[in-house]
Amino acid sequence: MSTLFTNARLIDPERGETRGALLVEAGRIKAVIESGDLPQAAEVIDCRGHCLAPGIVDLGVKVSEPGERHKESFASAGRAAAAGGVTTIVTRPDTLPAIDTPETLEFVVRRAREDSPVRVLPMAALTKGREGREMTEIGFLKDAGAVAFTDCDRVVTDTKVFSRALTYARSLGALVMAHVQEPGLSNGAVVTSGKFASLRGLPGVSPMAERMALDRDIALLEMTRARYHADQITTARALPALERAKNNGLDITAGVSVHHLTLNEFDVADYRSFFKLKPPLRAEEDRVAVGEALASGLIDILCSMHTPQDEESKRLPFEEAASGAVGLETLLPASMRLVHGGVIDLPGLFRALSLNPSKRLGLETGRLAKGAPADLVWFDPDAPFVLDRATLRSKSRNTPFDGARLEGRVLGTWVAGRSVTETR
Amino acid sequence: MTFRARHLLGIEPLHPTEITELLDTAQRYAELNRQGRAPRDVLAGLTQINMFFENSTRTQASFEIAGKRLGADVMNMAMQASSLKKGETLIDTALTLNAMRPDLLVVRHPNSGAVDLLAQKVNCAVLNAGDGRHEHPTQALLDALTIRRAKGRLHRLSIAICGDIAHSRVARSNIMLLGKMENRIRLIAPPTLMPSGVAEFGVEVFDDMEEGLRDVDVVMMLRLQKERMDGGFIPSEREYFHRYGLDAAKLAHAKPDAIVMHPGPMNRGVEIDGTIADDINRSVIQEQVEMGVAVRMAAMDLLARNMRAARDQTGVMA
Repeated sequence: MSTLFTNARLIDPERGETRGALLVEAGRIKAVIESGDLPQAAEVIDCRGHCLAPGIVDLGVKVSEPGERHKESFASAGRAAAAGGVTTIVTRPDTLPAIDTPETLEFVVRRAREDSPVRVLPMAALTKGREGREMTEIGFLKDAGAVAFTDCDRVVTDTKVFSRALTYARSLGALVMAHVQEPGLSNGAVVTSGKFASLRGLPGVSPMAERMALDRDIALLEMTRARYHADQITTARALPALERAKNNGLDITAGVSVHHLTLNEFDVADYRSFFKLKPPLRAEEDRVAVGEALASGLIDILCSMHTPQDEESKRLPFEEAASGAVGLETLLPASMRLVHGGVIDLPGLFRALSLNPSKRLGLETGRLAKGAPADLVWFDPDAPFVLDRATLRSKSRNTPFDGARLEGRVLGTWVAGRSVTETR
Repeated sequence: MTFRARHLLGIEPLHPTEITELLDTAQRYAELNRQGRAPRDVLAGLTQINMFFENSTRTQASFEIAGKRLGADVMNMAMQASSLKKGETLIDTALTLNAMRPDLLVVRHPNSGAVDLLAQKVNCAVLNAGDGRHEHPTQALLDALTIRRAKGRLHRLSIAICGDIAHSRVARSNIMLLGKMENRIRLIAPPTLMPSGVAEFGVEVFDDMEEGLRDVDVVMMLRLQKERMDGGFIPSEREYFHRYGLDAAKLAHAKPDAIVMHPGPMNRGVEIDGTIADDINRSVIQEQVEMGVAVRMAAMDLLARNMRAARDQTGVMA
C-alpha cells in the first residue's frame, strides 16, 4: 500500500523547508518529490499547504505503568502522543517499582506493544531501585531493549558509584541520561531562589545548583569518556560549561523541556501547583538564554518531560504538591511559540524535536529522506486555539497551558506509514 | 467603607486606604477595650472556628478573645492532632468544615500558600493567622497600630527589622505594609538569614547591626527559632547575641526616642537583652499584645460586614 502526501510544506531538519509531495510505501519514505509529475498511489492525502514534518521523538516521557496506571497508561499516553504528533515516546523508568530489571522492562515492552498506537522505546534505571548504590544489569537491560539508562530526577550523589556506572555503560556503548541539580543545594526547594521565592515565602534553590551538577558530571565524563545526556539544561550559567565540554570532544548532549522555554518563575503566581516542575521554572533571562542555546544547537533536544499527576497529588499546598506537567499533546503547539516568536525556524525546531533525539538514540527516524521510516506529523503551524485541559487524552490533565492561547494544530500523525490519528 | 474583601489572606493585596480603615477601626476597639465597653453584638450569632495546623498559644488566644468580646461563638480546633494525621487532605478538611457553615475561619498552616488554597474552597470569611514563611497580616497590622500610637504617624519613619528575616512571615507582611505606607525600611540580619532577591523589595539591607540601626525610629526584633541556632544558619546562640542581639550599646545607635518591638515569644539573651524588653520607656512589646486583640476584632468586624453585605445582595439569609 502506498500513500502520497501532496501540496505540503515539507519540513526536513537536514535540508530545510521545501514545497512538494512525499511518497510513502511499505512504512518508509519512497520518494521526496519537489517538482515534476506526481506518481500514482493507492491513497492520496492533500496537505492543503500545511506542514509535513518527521514525527516527534519525545525523550523522557513518564508512562505510569507499572504502579500508577490511574495516572497514565500506555493506551492513554499513546493516544495523547498520536494527538500531539509524537511518533516515538522514550519512556522513563521512574515507575513503581522502578524499571531496573530485564523482567520489568519486558513487562513494559509487552504492555506498550499491546496498547500504544505509537512507537515506545523504554529507558531503564541506572542504579537498582534508583537508589544510587548499585548499578543495574546494564547489559541485560540493553539486550532487552533499553535505549538509555537514567535514575530520572534522582541524582546519583555517590561519585564513585556514578563513575563506575558510567565506565561500565561506556563499555557497552550505552547512553546515560542524568538530572543535573546539586542535591545538597536543591534539597527541600520548590522554586528558583530570588525575589519571587522570597515574596511567596517558598524555599528556593539557586540556579547555580544546575551548573554545579553539570560541572561534576563533565569532570566524570573526562575520566570515563561515557556517552552522556543532561536531561534538562535550564539556566544561562550552565551553558558555557556545556559548550566547553562539547568543544573538548566529550560525548555529551543536552535537552530542555518546552515548559522551561515558554514559562518562567512568575507563572507560579498564587501557588499554582500545575507550574511546579523539576527543575523549577527559572528567571526570564534564563528562559531567553536557553531558547537561544536551543536555536544555536548548543542544546540538542527539546522534549515535553511528560509527567502525569492526578488531581489529588496536585491539589495540595505548593510545597507538598507533586512536581511535573503533562506535555505530549501540547509539546508541538507550545514549541510553536518559539517559532512565532522568531527564536527558531521550523527546520531548527524539528531538528530538536525529531532528528537530534533520533540520532542520539541511533534511530533512523527524524528525517524526511528517501528510505527513512514514514513517521510523520501533519500540522497547521498558525491555527489558533485556546487549550481546554478537559480535552486532553492523557488520564492526568496537569497541564500548565490550561486556558492558554496557542497556535499550531496537529492535523494527522502517521507511524510507519499507518495513520494513528484519532477521529473524534 | 473601602475594605471590601471577602478574606484577609495577606497584606500584599491591600490598598493603603484599606490598611488605614482597618487601623482606624482597631483604634476604636482599643479604646473600647480599655473602657471595658466592647460591643457584644457585633459578631453575635456568628460562628468563628480557629484552625491551627501549627502550634500557637498567643495568636490563637488573641483571636479567641477578639471573637468572644464581639459576641461570636468561638471554637478551637487543634489540627495537628486531628484529621491530617489520619491522611485527610487540606481540601477535604476545608470541605468538611465548610459543610458545618462557619462564618469566620481563622487559619494557621505551616505551608506557604495553604491558607489561600483553603480560602478557595470555603464559603465563609478566612483570616490568615500565618502561612509558612508567606504572610501574617494581623501581626503586621497590630505592629502598624502600635507604631502609629507611639509615633503619632505611620509614614516617613525609618524602621529597622532585625533577625531571621528569611524564615519570617512577620517580616514579609511588615515589609509589605510599612512599604505601602511609605516608610524607610532597613533589614538587618546575617546573610544566611536574609531571603534571596530581597534588595528588589525596595528596602535597605545591612549585615552590620549598629550601622543598620543608625537613627531609626523603630526597632522591630524577630524571634530566632531554636532549630536554626546550632551551626546551620549561624554558628551559635552566643555569637548571634553578640552580633545581632539588641542590647543598650547597639540601641544607642537608634534615635533617642526609638521604640523597641518584638512579636513574641521572646528569647531573652538571644535576640534581645532582658532589660531592654522590660524598659517601659523603650519597649512597646506589651502594647503590641494589647493591640493584637483590637486589630483582630477590627478585621473580623469588617469581614463580617462584607459578608453580610454580600449575603444581602444575593438574597441568602445570614
